[in-house]
Order: sequence, then structure tokens, then C-alpha cells
Amino acid sequence: MRLILTRLAQMLFVLWVVATLLFYMFRLMPGDPTVAYIDSTFTEDQVQALRRTFGLDRPLYEQYLIYLRNLGIGEFGESFHHRRPVLDVLADVVPNTIILTLSGLLVAYAFGAVVGAWLAWKRGTWVEALMIPTVLTLRAAPEFWLGMVLLAVFGFKLGWFPSGGANSPGATFASETARIISGDFLWHLVLPAATLALYLQGLPLLLMRSNMLDVMGEDFITMARMKGLSNWSIVMRHGARNALLPVVTAFALGFGASVGGNVVVETVFSWPGLGKLLVTSIAASDYPVAQGAFFLITVVLVTMNLIADLLYSLLDPRVSHGRRL
Amino acid sequence: MADASDVPLATAPVCIGFMAVKRLLAAPFRDPFAAVGTSIYAGFLLIALFADVIAPHDPLEILFSPDGNLARSAPAGWQHPLGTTNLGRDIFSQLVIGTRAALVVGLAAAVVVALIGTVVGLISGFFGGWIDAVLMRFADVALGIPFLPFVILIAGLLGPHTSNVILGIALLLWPNTARVIRSQVLTVRERAFVEAARVTGASNARILFVHVAPNILPLSFLYGSIAVGWAILTEASIAFLGFGPSDRISWGYMLQDAYASQALSRGDYNWFVPPGLCIVLVVVAGFFISRGYEEILFPKLKD
Repeated sequence: MRLILTRLAQMLFVLWVVATLLFYMFRLMPGDPTVAYIDSTFTEDQVQALRRTFGLDRPLYEQYLIYLRNLGIGEFGESFHHRRPVLDVLADVVPNTIILTLSGLLVAYAFGAVVGAWLAWKRGTWVEALMIPTVLTLRAAPEFWLGMVLLAVFGFKLGWFPSGGANSPGATFASETARIISGDFLWHLVLPAATLALYLQGLPLLLMRSNMLDVMGEDFITMARMKGLSNWSIVMRHGARNALLPVVTAFALGFGASVGGNVVVETVFSWPGLGKLLVTSIAASDYPVAQGAFFLITVVLVTMNLIADLLYSLLDPRVSHGRRL
Repeated sequence: MADASDVPLATAPVCIGFMAVKRLLAAPFRDPFAAVGTSIYAGFLLIALFADVIAPHDPLEILFSPDGNLARSAPAGWQHPLGTTNLGRDIFSQLVIGTRAALVVGLAAAVVVALIGTVVGLISGFFGGWIDAVLMRFADVALGIPFLPFVILIAGLLGPHTSNVILGIALLLWPNTARVIRSQVLTVRERAFVEAARVTGASNARILFVHVAPNILPLSFLYGSIAVGWAILTEASIAFLGFGPSDRISWGYMLQDAYASQALSRGDYNWFVPPGLCIVLVVVAGFFISRGYEEILFPKLKD
């Protein structure tokens, strides 16, 4: 319990620092946030009125306190560009990002866990000599470039998959759920998710492999061998189950990191997600949206780090949460 | 008498430090992974140095074919080893010149990351107490900030300059190095030669820089070499997203140019495949080097 509280406090501290950083960074910008609203026909009175509605006439520390309170209650202001509350703009794209990230990660981790265990078994053979450099190379490839190659081959050349977006233009759906479970959506999802999976498979694969190698040297494996269990049973029931623990926590960490890292994949495939929203809003100087998107990505990252941490001690009670050196 | 015994005690750890550095320099000759990685780095370094000589054209020059027409989207051939862009620019020349941007960002970011990480790790591990607590909380914060979005934000708000990209990378990447260095310092600190130096009356600063620092130098080098790849990947992503400098040719810029000019739908593989492969090569080289050094520096890690 104490552990959870400490971690929670640390998490809030990180969020507070990020919020403060955002507050000052966006105020470093030339002009003030009302510039996007004001055009040359505005009178001085109108400008002042506008500054009042945004609270810009108050002292900076007061603005800061109001800003913190607003963040706390999820009030991110209004988008300059869309002229809608930032929260609504974010809500539109979040499901797309979550589905993309989850499907990419699931494929990557399922593949990585199985192939990683298999590679540990194949240690010292030509399979290993061939696979390890291949995996390292895929991990080294820029995510957006992998996406570009897949898009050029499977999207344009072969025409198997659409070239971008999350739905065909003009398609209408009864509800958000209907949109997401439609075949059209899945068809659009394949290439971006495959790109993500290709890029992410290296970590679980190498992790699983080295865990397997560790676990297979443990006493209980020798014990299982002495009991005369079959290879399959030893590898799967005794080896893999134990080697899988760190992979599960890595999944949680990977989810947190991916939601932010998806930026480039979403851009390549014009996937209407959080990352693409961040890029377009920064490029269009739509600061409330940029601020909200960045903050949301941070919240996801920090929360998933916390979950990974707790999961780790939950799944493996041997891990003590004292001072980690 | 006291003076005589002072000298060997004080110099012994320095020798250990130099031995570590020597092992570091010998690594490429002992480990095949490190050898391959180092050769790739060396190759790109040479290309970057002699880029002006190697590149047949100015990378931004708009070229014309002998019959006077714009040499747009020319296929690979004698005239243009990798063809031309849709605006008639020589792709091979861009690739060669782009090596410079990649290496500048990669090396600059690596040096800054290794430097900050090492200094913070040294101070944190050596002094401990509240200094350690404060520095490590900073590290926690930096690790809680999403990496790529942060660099995008920095480049987007402060302006599309290479230095801003390096700044963004450095601000978030140092904690990994600092944490490892710190834990290494915690063990080195307890070693007999540090105790010996303390007995001879060496100051904290002298112990830290003369006795402890040389022993963790190989680690800083290791983490620096990992950072090279990260920085190049990040710079390419930033340039691809359109937040990079637009007057400087880099591999990321080339990919962004190709993407924006519909090279994908035309199937101009000669345009967008080579820059990606170059990035892969450099980053893989970093992986190989760090893998090779790990096995030499920490033989027990070898599985």
C-alpha cells in the first residue's frame, strides 16, 4: 500500500513538472495566445475583452494557478483551429490511437514471445546467427521509413490496402462503435498496425530469449528434467511461463511509450490519432490542442509506467521495492 | 617514507583506469560485432569528410538533361547513380551530403548525453544523500516525459534548428546513462584503492576525477555510442515530420521530400529506399558496437 502511494506521489510530481514546463513553454512563444483570434479589424476594447475572457490580464502566477486547476479537472480550453473544446477534439482521436497501439503491440509481443522462446531453444545454431542480426536491423529501421516501404509496396503497388486514413472517405456509420468494428476500419488498420508490430517486435523477442536462457539454467528446470518430463512440457510449462513475466511488464511500458511514439506512423498513414493531432496542431500553432495532446500522452506514459511497476511486484513477489540500485 | 608509499597507492587506480580505456580501444579487434560496427562508423565518417568530393552535384541544384529538358524523376543510371527527384535534383548527391547532418547530430547528441549522464551519475553516486535524491528525481521526471513528442515540441516551439533537436534529445536521454554510471560509482566507491586514496588525504575532487572517473569511462563511452543511433533516428523523424531545418539536406529531409512529392505512389524506390537504408546501417552499427563492448567490458553479461 505504501508502495502504491509513493509511486502515485512520484507520478503526480512528474505530471506537475510537465504541466509547469508546458505552461512556460507555450508562453515563451512570440505574441500571446489570443493572436490567433485577433484580426486587424478588432478595436482595442475588443482585444482587451478577449484578453479578459482568456484571463490574460491577470498576473502570471494567477494564470498559472488557474491553469493548474483547469488541467486537474480536464479543462484544456478551446481549440483555435477547430473552434471546439480541446477535450472534444482529443476524444475524437483517442480511440483510433488506442486501437492502433494495442493491435500493433499485441501482434509484436505475441510474435516476440513465441519466436524469442524458440530462438533460446535454437541457441548456437545458424538460425540464431541469422535471426539476431535481422531482428536488430528491424529495430534500427526508422519506424516511418518501414511504414513508407510497406505503403509503397502493399498500398500503391499491389493495391491490397488503402493508402491512408482510418475510414474510407464519405463512409458514414451509425455510431463510433459501429465505425470501429466495421470491416472498413480494420482494412485501414492493417498497414499501420503491421508497421508498428514490425518495429516493436525486437524488444519482446530479445527479452524473451534472454529470460528463457536464464530460466533454463535454474534448478527447477534441472528438477523437471530429472522427473523425465518431455522437452515441450519443460520449455512451455516450466520455462516460458516464468520467462514471460518481464515481457508482460514490458508490454505495459511499451504501451505507454508507443502512444507517444506513434506520431510518425500516424503521420505516414494519415491515421487520425493523438500523435498526428499533436503534429498538426503544433504546425498550425493551435496551442491549446498541442498542449492538451502532449499532456494526455504524458499521462498515459506515466500511468503505464506505474502499472508496469506494480505489475512487476505483483507477478514476481521476489522483487522488493526498497532502494533499487 | 610516507612519501614513497604515497605514490604507488595514488597511481595504481589511474593505471586501472587506463587499462579500462585500453581495453575499450582494443575492442574492435577482439569482437566481430564491434569490428563491423566500427567499420561502418569509419566508412560514414570518411564519406562525410569527403562529401564535397564524392557528390557529383550540388544536392539542391536543379539539373537538366543534355537535350535541355528538366531531368525530373530520372531513373538510376550513369548520369545519376540513384536517379533524380521530381524537381531534377541528384539523389546520390543528397544522400552523400546528408551523411554530414546525420553524423553531426549523432555525435553532438551522444557527446552531450554522455557528458551530462556521466557528470550527474558521478556526483549522484559519489556524494549520495540529498544531492543524489534531487538528481535522481530529475531523472525520474525526464524519463516520465514522452521522448519524441517532447523533441517535436522543442523543435516546433523554439524553431526548426539542428541545435534545438540536439537540445531536446539531450534533455531526455541523459538519465539512462546517469543511472548506470551512478550504480557503477556506488561499487567503485567502496573499492580498496579509493579507501587508500582517502587515507593519503586526497580531496573529494581528486578521488572523484582521478580515481573513480577513469573506471567508469568505458561505460560513458558505451552509452554514448548507443545515443548516436537514437539521435540519428530522432533527427530523421523530426525532419520527416517537417520540424527540421529546411535548408539543410539530411536523410530525414530526403524522406520527407519523397513522401510529400508522392514518390510512394509513383514507386520511386530509388528515392526513398537509400536514405532509410543509410539510417539503418548507422543505427545498427551503434547496436553492434554497444553489444561488442558489453561483452568485452562485462564478460559476465555474456549469456
